Amino acid sequence: MLAVLLRRLLNIIPTVGAVILVIFLLFSVIPGSFTSTGAEDGRMLDPQVMERMRKEMGLDDPILERFGRYVGHTLVGDLGKSFRTREPVTKLIGDRLWPSLKLAIAAMCFAILVGVPLGFIAALRPGSIVDSVSMVGAVSGLSLPQFWLGLMLMYLFGLLLGWLPSFGYGDGGPRYLILPALALGFNPMALLARTTRAAVLDVLNADFVRTARSKGMAETRVVTWHVMRNALVLVITTIGLQFGSLMGAAVVVEKLFSWPGLGSLLVDSVFQRDIPAVQGCILVIVLFFLVINTLVDLAYAVIDPRIRYA
Amino acid sequence: MSAPLLEVENLSIALSQGGKSYKAVEDVSFAIASGETLGLVGESGCGKSITALAVMGLLRQPLSLGGGRITLDGGDIHNLPPAKLRQLRGKRIAMIFQEPMTALNPLSTVGRQIAEMFVLHAGAGWSEATDRTVDALRQVHVPSPERRVKDFPHQLSGGMRQRVMIAIALACSPDLLIADEPTTALDVTVQAEIVDLMQELCAAKGTAILMISHDLGLVANMCRRVAVMYAGRIVEQQAADEIFERPQHPYTRGLIASLPRLGARIVHGRQRLQEISGVVPAITAFPAGCRFRPRCQRATDICQSNDPPPTPLPEDGLVRCHHHG
Ligand SMILES: Nc1ncnc2c1ncn2[C@@H]1O[C@H](COP(=O)(O)OP(=O)(O)OP(=O)(O)O)[C@@H](O)[C@H]1O
Ligand SMILES: [Mg+2]
Repeated sequence: MLAVLLRRLLNIIPTVGAVILVIFLLFSVIPGSFTSTGAEDGRMLDPQVMERMRKEMGLDDPILERFGRYVGHTLVGDLGKSFRTREPVTKLIGDRLWPSLKLAIAAMCFAILVGVPLGFIAALRPGSIVDSVSMVGAVSGLSLPQFWLGLMLMYLFGLLLGWLPSFGYGDGGPRYLILPALALGFNPMALLARTTRAAVLDVLNADFVRTARSKGMAETRVVTWHVMRNALVLVITTIGLQFGSLMGAAVVVEKLFSWPGLGSLLVDSVFQRDIPAVQGCILVIVLFFLVINTLVDLAYAVIDPRIRYA
Repeated sequence: MSAPLLEVENLSIALSQGGKSYKAVEDVSFAIASGETLGLVGESGCGKSITALAVMGLLRQPLSLGGGRITLDGGDIHNLPPAKLRQLRGKRIAMIFQEPMTALNPLSTVGRQIAEMFVLHAGAGWSEATDRTVDALRQVHVPSPERRVKDFPHQLSGGMRQRVMIAIALACSPDLLIADEPTTALDVTVQAEIVDLMQELCAAKGTAILMISHDLGLVANMCRRVAVMYAGRIVEQQAADEIFERPQHPYTRGLIASLPRLGARIVHGRQRLQEISGVVPAITAFPAGCRFRPRCQRATDICQSNDPPPTPLPEDGLVRCHHHG
């Protein structure tokens, strides 16, 4: 168990290194900079001011020097200062991290608690009404764009029915969380319902399920004793992938609901060419992805002895 | 012959495919007396496994019971309510499958998978069941059973897994054990051990065996009677020694001729296997008349036009061939 954890953590190191390199290179080659957008806006016309800022930010230093500096600072947790607000990026991100996590976790809980049981029921009663309805729902759920779904939710529950606040973070209470979490969680929920159904059907055809039946086990026991955990192994992969990519998907939803999360920080920073903030956001999102992946691998090891003893 | 324990009469199994219904198995009849051993032999795909599954009541779509009767101690088992049928399964009729690699749940300890039998059929609690599991493993000669109960299937060799399957199957001392090619997937050296173990335990418990195999040699060694199956039908059924000395059906002859002759091989170096040419026809394309005709050297016109009826042989035997003998 511990060995699995250690191995996974060691695996993360080169990945993080590669990510840092890519993030750095990406932003040293893309055109446009904070100073140039400033010039376009007509806010910062004085070339001397621009010159001073470029110096201060070290934008004209040789690339290797800048890379060394970037890596060094990043490794000690210094993500630089925002071009825009002059605050440390870590503080900007710190303020946004909890709302983002809260949204992602709520969305994922919704997706898991609804999608997985739905898939199970559908698989155990193939061709039934539950099956047909949920699978049609899942397919349409997968093809609905998030912003459209978000707008519909806002319209229905916020404007028409007036049950829930239709945007903003408010006091951070659950009432504000529900609509964005539904909008964000719907796609993963639909996908999970489908993968769970496929996984359960797959396991139901396995030889060991036939063995279980040959023992004289009732079908409900066959499912609870032998099918569920085996299907879960397959489902966890999807849960992990969906959870990991949720942070990225949250960009649209956060923006739509004016949710003060990493996603909206990222979008704002991109428009402002606030490169340290953008780099910081991406790094945190990628780290989140890696952490989730590690957790998924640990979950595998807990469930599957073939991995635990490997 | 004493009153049969299991009697299968005119069993047919329907296969529905592309909106049509085919008979994957047709008119199959056999009987097994208490403690007796019957062999069911035939090439791959001739319907041995699905016949076994039909007896277990485990046929699943697209296969289903098409007709006939299966009785255990004189009681029809397929008109039983599902809950009653489940009580027979595992407790009175148990089955061992061909593939020990996939027949066990990879996520459960083998101990737990054996213990389930005691919980299901002997009303035992989990802790009592676990104690009995150690005994069950000892009975199938698994070394250090106290430790092995905690092992997962992937930690055991194929032979050990098949021993676990035998422990599961015989846990509740069933009246009938259906062994569906229990040794096909194993090393030759392990095969004999497993067969011996199965015979020894079944003899001790008075369990009858339906031994399914494509190896006529193996079956003839361990069974009193042998039924030979071809393309969904039993084409010959006789006492084991009789079938070797006086095979009646050309297919049986072919099977015997294709057995490797160990002695001959030593003398002549490599002995060419005398095989039956051609393959078993697909269910959807069974030929009219005798189903073995396309591969039969004795075939004549009548074989093409008429389906050979079963001809009785002495001692409850039968053969299905126009030119038998
Ligand atoms: N689920 C299924 N769907 C369609 N056809 C099937 C199914 N199961 C079995 N069959 C067909 O039924 C026929 C008999 O299969 P069965 O498994 O009984 O053969 P077998 O005699 O046990 O062969 P083997 O020695 O390979 O185990 C085969 O032609 C097979 O293709
Ligand atoms: Mg088979």
